Amino acid sequence: MAPPIRTDAPTRAKRRFLRPSVIPGFGLAFGYTLTCLGLIVLLPLAALVTRASGLGLSGIWEVATDPRVASALRVSFGVSLLAALTASVFGFLIAWVLTRYRFPGRRIVDAVVDLPFALPTAVAGIALAALYAPNGLVGAQLARIGIEAAYTPVGIYIAMVFIGLPFAVRTVQPLIAEIDKEIEEASATLGAGRVHTLVRVVLPPLIPAVLTGFALAFARGVGEYGSIIFIAGNLPYVSEIAPLLIVIKLSEYDYGGACAIATIMLGISFLTLLAINLIQAWSRRRFGYV
Amino acid sequence: MSETFAPVALAEARPASVVTEGRWIRWLLIGIAILFLALFLVLPLLTVFAQAFAKGFAAYLAAFTEADAHAAIRLTLLTAVIAVPFNLVFGIMASWAIAKFEFWGKNLLVTLIDLPFSVSPVVSGLIYVLVFGAQGLVGPWLLEHDVQVIFAVPGIVLATIFVTFPFVARQLIPLMQEQGTAEEEAALTLGASGWHAFRTVTLPNIRWGLLYSVLLCNARAMGEFGAVSVVSGHIRGLTNTLPLHVEILYNEYNFVAAFAVASLLAGLALVTLLLKSVLEWRYADEIAAGARGH
Repeated sequence: MAPPIRTDAPTRAKRRFLRPSVIPGFGLAFGYTLTCLGLIVLLPLAALVTRASGLGLSGIWEVATDPRVASALRVSFGVSLLAALTASVFGFLIAWVLTRYRFPGRRIVDAVVDLPFALPTAVAGIALAALYAPNGLVGAQLARIGIEAAYTPVGIYIAMVFIGLPFAVRTVQPLIAEIDKEIEEASATLGAGRVHTLVRVVLPPLIPAVLTGFALAFARGVGEYGSIIFIAGNLPYVSEIAPLLIVIKLSEYDYGGACAIATIMLGISFLTLLAINLIQAWSRRRFGYV
Repeated sequence: MSETFAPVALAEARPASVVTEGRWIRWLLIGIAILFLALFLVLPLLTVFAQAFAKGFAAYLAAFTEADAHAAIRLTLLTAVIAVPFNLVFGIMASWAIAKFEFWGKNLLVTLIDLPFSVSPVVSGLIYVLVFGAQGLVGPWLLEHDVQVIFAVPGIVLATIFVTFPFVARQLIPLMQEQGTAEEEAALTLGASGWHAFRTVTLPNIRWGLLYSVLLCNARAMGEFGAVSVVSGHIRGLTNTLPLHVEILYNEYNFVAAFAVASLLAGLALVTLLLKSVLEWRYADEIAAGARGH
C-alpha cells in the first residue's frame, strides 16, 4: 500500500502507537471504546480475579474438591463434551447438506439452524422440559424404551446439543462452500471412489473448522444455564451443573465459593479459547486459511 | 479438435456425478439433517405454542392480564431500550477506532471486546454482584448513599449490556475493515468535516450490517436469562423481566401462563429469525465482510 519512496515508513510507524492518518476522531473513538470496555467488562472481571486470588490456589482447590462441586464440574464438563461431539457430527452433516445439495425448503432449514441463537434460553428450557418429561411427547416414547431423559444427565445432554448445534454448523458451513470442486474432480479422475475422495481429499482441510465448532459448542455447553436447569431436575451429585452451583452459593452469600467455581470455569474456557487459537494458527500454516 | 472435444462433451453430459454423492445417499443425508433439526430445534418451538394454547385461547390471554406480566414486559422493554442503543454507540465507536486506524495492540483490544461471549451468563451476573453487591467493591459506598444496583433495575441493565457487549462491534469491525478508508479520505479531501464524512459516507455503507447486528443484540437483550437472574433478586412486579417471569410461573406449576409468556418471547425469536434471514438473502455482501450470496 505504501508508496515505494517512503520505504522507511513501516519502521517509523512501528515505534509509534498510532500510524498517522487523515481520518479524524481516533482520540474520541478510542477513548470511548477503552472507557466502556474498562467499566463494563474489565473492571467487573477484575473484581472476580481479585476475589479469587484472595482465596489462593489452595482455597480454590478446596472448593473444587468438595464432593458436590467436583460432581457438578464433572457433570458440566463431561456431558458438554458428549453434547459437543454430537453437535459436531450432526452439525457437519447439516452444513454439508445445506451447502452441497439443492432441495425444496433449503432456505427455511438454513434459517431454522439459528433458532437456538434467537430463542431465549429460559423458553427453550421449559419447552425441552415439557417435551422430555415422563408424560411429554418425546419423554413418554423414551420412557417406553427405558430411557429417562428429564431430571437426569440425559436431559442436560439434550439441552446442550440444542444450544451447541448452531456453533457446529456455522463454523463449518462457509468452508464447505469454499471447497474447490476441481480438487474433487481431480481425485475422481485419478481413480478414487467417492468415499475415498471425501475421506482423503475433502475432509482433512475441514478438520480445523470442525474442531473450532466443537470447542465453541463445548464452551457454550459448560457455561449454559437457562436451557438446562428446567430439564435437569438439579439433583445434587446427579444432575446438578456448575453454573447452578454458583447461583446456589450466591444465594447462600458464599461469595468465595461462587468465585472459586467461576474461576475454575473461566480457566477452562480460557484454555478452550487458547486451543481454538492454536488450531487456527496451525490451520493457517497447514492450509493457508482459518 | 475432435479428439479433445469428445471428453469435454462427455463431462458436460454428467456434470455433477463425480463431485457429489449418489441420489439415494443425498436424500438419505437430507432426511437425517431435517429429522435431526425437526426433533431437536423445531419440536421445542412448537411445544411452546402447543402448551400455551393447551387450555384454550381465554386461558392464554389471561396470562397477560396480570399486573406482574405487564411489569415484566415494561422492564424487558426498558432494559432493551437502554442496552441496545448503548451497545450501538459503543459498537460504532469501537469499529471506527479499530477498522479505520492502525495502532499498537489492536488484536488484544478486539479479543477483550469479544470476552463477554466466552463468559458463562451466570458468571456475567456474578461479577456485577462482586462489584455492586453488599459485600462488593463499591457496595458499602452505594449502601451509604442509598443507591441500589444489585436486586434492582440498574443491575439488570448492566448485566444485559455486558452479555450483549460484543454484538454490534464484532459485526461492524470486519465489515468496516473490508471497506477500507479510501471513501472517507476522498470525502475529507473534498472538504467534508469528519462528522459529515461519517454520516454521509460511512453510515450508508454499514447500515445493513448495523441493522443486522442491532436485531441480534436486541433478541439477546430481551431474552437474557442467566446473567439477569443472578442480579435480579426476582422481586415480582419490580425486578422481573419476561424470561424471569416465565421461570417464576413455571416453578409455580402455572404452566399455561408460563408458556403463554414464553410464546411472546418465542414470537420475538421468530420475527428476529425472519428479518435476519431476509437481510441475509438481500444484503449478504453489505452485512458481513467477505460474505458470498447463497
